[in-house]
Amino acid sequence: MKEEDVPQEDENKLYEGKNRLLEYAVDKDGNYTQKLSVGFEPKNVALEQAWELIDDQVAESKKGVEAGELSTLAYHMEKNLMDPGLLAQHMGYFTWRVKRHLRPKIFAKLKTSVLEKYAEVLKMTVDQLKTIE
Amino acid sequence: MNSTLEVSSAEQHKAIMGFDHVQSAHCENGVTANLLKFHGLNISEAMVFGIGSGIFFCHIPFLQLNKLPLTSYRVFPGLVFSRANRRLGVKMKIHRFRNADKAMGVLDKMLDEGLPVALQTSVFYLPYLPKALRFHFNAHNLIVYGKSNGNYLISDPIMEVPTEISYEDLKRARFAKGIGAPNGKMYYPITVPKEVDLRKPIVAGIRRAAFDMTKIPGPFLGVNGIRFLSRRLRKWPDKMGERRAGLNLGQIIRMQEEIGTGGGGFRFIFGAFLQEAARILEKEWLQDLSVEITVSGDRWRDFAVMAGRIFKRRQSEDENYDALADLLLECADRENEIFGKLRGLSLKD
Repeated sequence: MKEEDVPQEDENKLYEGKNRLLEYAVDKDGNYTQKLSVGFEPKNVALEQAWELIDDQVAESKKGVEAGELSTLAYHMEKNLMDPGLLAQHMGYFTWRVKRHLRPKIFAKLKTSVLEKYAEVLKMTVDQLKTIE
Repeated sequence: MNSTLEVSSAEQHKAIMGFDHVQSAHCENGVTANLLKFHGLNISEAMVFGIGSGIFFCHIPFLQLNKLPLTSYRVFPGLVFSRANRRLGVKMKIHRFRNADKAMGVLDKMLDEGLPVALQTSVFYLPYLPKALRFHFNAHNLIVYGKSNGNYLISDPIMEVPTEISYEDLKRARFAKGIGAPNGKMYYPITVPKEVDLRKPIVAGIRRAAFDMTKIPGPFLGVNGIRFLSRRLRKWPDKMGERRAGLNLGQIIRMQEEIGTGGGGFRFIFGAFLQEAARILEKEWLQDLSVEITVSGDRWRDFAVMAGRIFKRRQSEDENYDALADLLLECADRENEIFGKLRGLSLKD
């Protein structure tokens, strides 16, 4: 990669203009040098693809909650990019226990202490946990 | 954002502990190089990567992340660090913790003594990173070098400038769960040699990388892995349909180009290292191989560009999975030759 070819592509402002990443490239004398890059189109596309997949899952869980098939916990779990296994590890529970809590009827009966723990792990209040905003 | 302001705050940061933030492409090399620099051993990121035999390839279908096969262009997290330290004669102290509050207490004590320390963290819990990059990835390394108004001063090697993080956020980041959970891992050098003859470590680093790329038996690792991926990728659209095939492709591009590879799946960093090595060992043919690996990196980039167009459905007629697979075979052949030559490297002759 030549120095002047280091890609500077970030159409959709994926990186919020926050930070450029360092790349290695060769200057005109053939010496390796460092160059900052704002983005690279294929990488941006792949990243957007990953987020679309997550957004789909969040939207699906939202539908599930509205249809009364899933508890609000399921929605917040997806929003935090977690699956029952990962959430269970954060809670110190077995996975099956978290999976049970994804059922609306069981979630409604949870003790405050359990709800508080979920809220803490997901960085929100208990009231927020019980709703989908 | 005012850029002059940022520079002055970087200088302020430096004044606090004499710690110099140097941005790098990859977190693990960068943290290692920056820590060693603080302790008086001046070494580049590329040199750490090369001596630590960081370059690699693997494609392992039965190890899955987010239901997609594991593909990596580098060795397992932590290996660059441990190999580089061993070969350079550096001793590191590594702590892991069960109790988060205790872990934060020990960190504070180290900072009071004026020692910057490295931490393993999850990027999901680092608010200063752009949101788009924040997945549950647990093997991100950064350096804490001080405290100011209750916040921790962070030198994150992938960031242009030093930054800050709150106690709560740092605690969460250090005790994230999941694959490769950091368990509050904290590390710092205890003995660093002032002068190192780099020749022996360089040779050891190159030979191990060359062995890993060309000689490990089985289909998944090194050059064999690239060919294996090529064979599988050819069948993806028929086997799993356009959508799944696109997702698989996206995952590979992210592993190749996302944070920390320096572009072209670490091939360019390795090229920079080979160039430095050629000068230190006074071997002209290493410079020729540096040019070769750069060509290979360029081909990996072509692969990414074509793949990106394919899963955006913007491909031209001769851009398809077959063409991608052929590109991979070309990379495999070229790297097989490069690393085959590197395997014969020795200090003598």
